Amino acid sequence: MTWLPWAVAIWLLLWGLYGIVTSRNLVHMVICLSVVQSSTYLFLLAIGYRTGARAPVFADIPASTPAVDPVVQALVLTDIVVEATVMALLLALAVQADKRTGTLDPDELGILRG
Amino acid sequence: MTPALRLRLFLPAALLLTLLLAWALSGAPRFGTFDGRYGQWLNHHTVPQRHVTDVVTAINFDYRGWDTLGEEFILFISVIGVRLLLRTQRDERETRPRDQAPGRRATSSSASVRVLGLALIGPLVLYGLDVVTHGQLTPGGGFQGGVVLATALWLVYLAGSYETMLHVTPETLVGWTEAAGAGGYALIGLYGWLTGVAYLQNVLPLGQVGSVFSGGTIPLISLAVAGAVTGGFVLLLRAFLAEALQVRSRS
Amino acid sequence: MVLLQAMVLILVGLSGAAVVTIREPLRQGIAMSYYGLLLGLLFFLLQAPDVAMSQIAVGAVALPFMILLALARLKYQREQRERQKETPS
Repeated sequence: MTWLPWAVAIWLLLWGLYGIVTSRNLVHMVICLSVVQSSTYLFLLAIGYRTGARAPVFADIPASTPAVDPVVQALVLTDIVVEATVMALLLALAVQADKRTGTLDPDELGILRG
Repeated sequence: MTPALRLRLFLPAALLLTLLLAWALSGAPRFGTFDGRYGQWLNHHTVPQRHVTDVVTAINFDYRGWDTLGEEFILFISVIGVRLLLRTQRDERETRPRDQAPGRRATSSSASVRVLGLALIGPLVLYGLDVVTHGQLTPGGGFQGGVVLATALWLVYLAGSYETMLHVTPETLVGWTEAAGAGGYALIGLYGWLTGVAYLQNVLPLGQVGSVFSGGTIPLISLAVAGAVTGGFVLLLRAFLAEALQVRSRS
Repeated sequence: MVLLQAMVLILVGLSGAAVVTIREPLRQGIAMSYYGLLLGLLFFLLQAPDVAMSQIAVGAVALPFMILLALARLKYQREQRERQKETPS
């Protein structure tokens, strides 16, 4: 069962990619992109996990208790907040694309020139 | 390229990717047995070295503060990008703020939504401030607390009206908060430089383990990041809401 | 603990697939909120409370909210286009 985190991460990555490849709507594509990103978060956190260890916060436990790897958590933490704003940027791009070309379908975006 | 052709190209490529990933991950350490040296060293040495108990916050704002500075500026630039993209174009005008789009019947939110929202705004602001200021002790910090504070301000729109939210979040104040947060982070690092050591080095007095004012520059950077994140998210909300409710075409 | 992690992992996988399969962006936004919450729970079970807090605040609240606002604007733009088609100038 220890291969389950890797399997779910790969599963999410592939489903997200499938969604992006077969998307007919720019907003749907942005959401699938966020699913792909979440697969990387899961992957990083699963790498840093240690069985039987606690969270790397030593406010109420002695500083020598085994804890999970904190570096990957620091990476994922800032990544989540920053990627939200990047998603907002992509949504704004989708709104502008719809305004300028009249469609949200990525296949037709190149054809309808204003 | 037709969608069918794209899908037919994608499926074998996805299969190949799966096989390569599975092969790569078979060499990864077993789930739960990771023995990273850097992480272990940090777990053992953060409390005596920096007098903070939340190792993740210490990594974000001290040990790897340089990387977090870059991430914060990604956030800053994305917000600028959104505001540029959603600014009023030449063939548009900004109408008076109203809660409903023209031609649609007003759907006032239910009383329970308004009451619950109103009741939650105060506790959420307090909770956000608590998360920000105690980031170096317990799980939290500038990023999480900033988003919680921004959510509290968004709740003003949900529980009240659009005009109320516009009054509570004046554009200049929010813009200045965001800029002060982003620039403040860079300036705090500069202070280390000016005292003769490396940029972003923790040069302020470290305080006592477990007190709120511990960690030197860590709580200050956490506050700056909270300002930047809150300001950024509120500006994002204002841009999207104005686009949805106010900006109309001139024709 | 390991059984709980396995269960939530499987739930995360299923809801991630569901988010992609739902084609309409409005429903997808709601599904994404649920997915974000599940992911936050999973992060908490992997002993990462900082990350879980961040994920819940962002993935379950901020991101779906922005998606809904973008969809509101897109709906207005679509109605504008249909109105212009009906009244040829």
